[in-house]
Amino acid sequence: MGRYVIRRLLQMIPVFFGATLLIFLMVNVMGDPIAGLCGDRQCDPATATQLRKEFGLDKPLWQQYATYMGNVFTGDFGTAFNGQEVTELMASAFPVTIRLTIVAILFEIVIGITLGVVTGLRRGRPVDTGVLLVTLVVISVPTFVTGLLLQLLLGVEWGWISPSVSPEAPFDELIVPGLVLASVSLAYVTRLTRTSIAENRRADYVRTAVAKGLPRRRVITRHLLRNSLIPVVTFIGTDIGALMGGAIVTERIFNIHGVGFQLYQGILRQNTQTVVGFVTVLVLVFLVANLLVDLLYAVLDPRIRYA
Amino acid sequence: MRGATHARWAACAAAVALAATACGDDGGGDSGGGGDGSGIVSSSWGDPQNPLEPANTNEVQGGKVLDMLFRGLKRYDAKTGKANDMLAEKIETSDSQNFTVTVKSGWKFSNGEAVDAKSFVDAWNYGASLKNNQKNAYFFGYIDGYDKTHPEDGSKQTADTLSGLKVTGPNTFTVKLNQKFSTFPDTLGYAAFSPLPQAFFDDHAAWLNKPVGNGPYTIDSYAKGSVMKMREWVQYPGEDKAQNGGVDLKVYTDNNTAYTDLMAGNLDLVDDVPASQLKNAKSDLGDRYINTPAGIIQTLAFPFYDKAWDKDGMEKVRTGLSRAIDREQITETIFQKTRTPASDWTSPVLGEAGGFKEGLCGDACEYDPDEAKKLIEEGGGLPGGQVKISYNADTGSHKEWVDAVCNSVNNALDNDKACVGNPIGTFADFRNQITQSKMSGPFRAGWQMDYPLIQNFLQPLYYTNASSNDGKWTSAEFDKLVNEANAETDQAKAVDLFQQAEEVLRDDMGAIPLWYQNGSAGYSQRVSNVALNQFSVPVYNEIKVS
Repeated sequence: MGRYVIRRLLQMIPVFFGATLLIFLMVNVMGDPIAGLCGDRQCDPATATQLRKEFGLDKPLWQQYATYMGNVFTGDFGTAFNGQEVTELMASAFPVTIRLTIVAILFEIVIGITLGVVTGLRRGRPVDTGVLLVTLVVISVPTFVTGLLLQLLLGVEWGWISPSVSPEAPFDELIVPGLVLASVSLAYVTRLTRTSIAENRRADYVRTAVAKGLPRRRVITRHLLRNSLIPVVTFIGTDIGALMGGAIVTERIFNIHGVGFQLYQGILRQNTQTVVGFVTVLVLVFLVANLLVDLLYAVLDPRIRYA
Repeated sequence: MRGATHARWAACAAAVALAATACGDDGGGDSGGGGDGSGIVSSSWGDPQNPLEPANTNEVQGGKVLDMLFRGLKRYDAKTGKANDMLAEKIETSDSQNFTVTVKSGWKFSNGEAVDAKSFVDAWNYGASLKNNQKNAYFFGYIDGYDKTHPEDGSKQTADTLSGLKVTGPNTFTVKLNQKFSTFPDTLGYAAFSPLPQAFFDDHAAWLNKPVGNGPYTIDSYAKGSVMKMREWVQYPGEDKAQNGGVDLKVYTDNNTAYTDLMAGNLDLVDDVPASQLKNAKSDLGDRYINTPAGIIQTLAFPFYDKAWDKDGMEKVRTGLSRAIDREQITETIFQKTRTPASDWTSPVLGEAGGFKEGLCGDACEYDPDEAKKLIEEGGGLPGGQVKISYNADTGSHKEWVDAVCNSVNNALDNDKACVGNPIGTFADFRNQITQSKMSGPFRAGWQMDYPLIQNFLQPLYYTNASSNDGKWTSAEFDKLVNEANAETDQAKAVDLFQQAEEVLRDDMGAIPLWYQNGSAGYSQRVSNVALNQFSVPVYNEIKVS
């Protein structure tokens, strides 16, 4: 197991460098960021040159990348154009997005798996058909439609929630945004669990467990569910990264000042330091989540061993 | 692996508990957005692009804060746009080039420091010095010695201070300009000319975290990127004291959300009604919807560095294009009358006396498809048979109106391909291509005035090699008239000369004026006496909370 983890960690290195280099190149292809800093007028050339020097933009690209990566390893992610350290931006943005992601993941786990188990055990019954239909609708409606509709109905029409989230973004204000963010994945989790449960219900070990006279509850939770969860866990694991990075739409609708907002601002203002910094951290989150998922397999199915 | 299952159940239980308590708390969320304490106005805000320093803030979001935080020598009347004395006791000159400024005594910064002549001179020297990277440095370009502190070519600066500025007494200083500029005192209301306390120079980083000024408000707390709480400064010595207890500027990720919050009663003031809501704003808000002219004009600039656009006869083609645009219809259908068809190159906020002259453009700006077609044919046709109008596609919904303009041109010329839009991905790239003179056809140009003077609408944009002359239009006649106007001490005569220069610009159609832009805002029933000034910034200190 130890060797497996080490091997996986070593594999992360090229992925990490490759991803950051790609982002670095992509942001730089978009042109000179200083040009957009002075609004609709031209920056005076002397100040522009000075700014370019300050942000290291006058150097060749490979040198910028090398310096940047060098700094990253000392924990220095550079400075955004508004004079704030990127680490400072991260410190304010990541906790908010992490909270939002936790809410979303909890929804996926609790509602998704429960619905999946219920429908998987009752295949073909009205409950099953109903849930299948609902999930189909959820999957086919884009997130921003769901988000704006819920905001309008719950926030403005009925006044149950505040349409925008306050800067502190406590858990209770994130429930509706979290549900919106989770909605599509939630539908997938339901369908994955349902299929997996339905398939494994006819497996030999389930039949054996039933034949042993184990109570139904124990058969379902210990035998059936545990084995059926492998594809679901894979999906949720990879979804963590996707949710954090993909929260741009939800965060914009509900005025959440998280990673999505910072990334959006960074791209709009072509702020290389912000974009590359945030994406770097997101890549790390993605890689770690994937590693954890792989390790969880052994927990769920003891037959899986890592040499 | 027993533990795993237990852990999972624990997690689920926690989730259920969380959901339960959270559902119970939902009702409390409503009160969160409203006023905490009495008389606080909550207002929408955008994340400022640059650090908040007077000489470094060049966009409206940072400008709002400076407007509350600072008072300069002059201040523009929110209704008439006239530059009135604020901290200036008097500004005297005999030759339009050497000025003596006397600062009123008794003014203080909110940290207790006195505002004197030195506060201004130090601040201006700081703003002009190249090593400080101030984006508004060019404002000090008229002051003698600017070329030494801010060499145009970016070479080593040879002086740290402007030789044209001299402190002559505790409350007096002199300004020597490098050219005659009779309306110079009227430019001093711009935020870049604000005074700065010694604290700014002693601990710059600390000042940036919590700026200190001399205006009616102080900063109570500033969480960058989310909210700035400004509170009334009780000891403020000026007459324009804050009529409310303070203003909370809340950063919104999207102005649609801000509008939704206003509708839900969580926000008092939205000073930028989203384009998609303009249709509903009037019925949603009634009298609480404001739509007033601002000092912003949109134009189409031409690449005069491209031979195809600069050869003889092209002025006819340019005028023809101008006549092919149905401004009336576009402002009505696309902008819901938040823009007014332009008929000169300035803005109505200047007023008649200030230099705005309705109809100065004359026939050249009037929609007449037949005449347009004739003019373009006479001038030798469109270069390459087609015009491409470039714009940045990332912000400001420019696509809609560019497509409409092109439609209008295509209809006039009976040619589907005569005009097409040319979107450019990001604003930075758009500006990049402009500054590198890479435009091959007309491109969108917007101008938000720095100060309400006709000079500001003409000189920076159309004077030979001026800082924002993006199309590189040039005319000796125009330059001569502008110089004469600047040297003229009589304001009415100066305005007349500027308008003559504008006529030169018209006859050559150096840029097509499209429309004047309005500021739009909406506010809640909690507040009253809300107005926008000519910079489309709310006059915060006059807002009353009921």
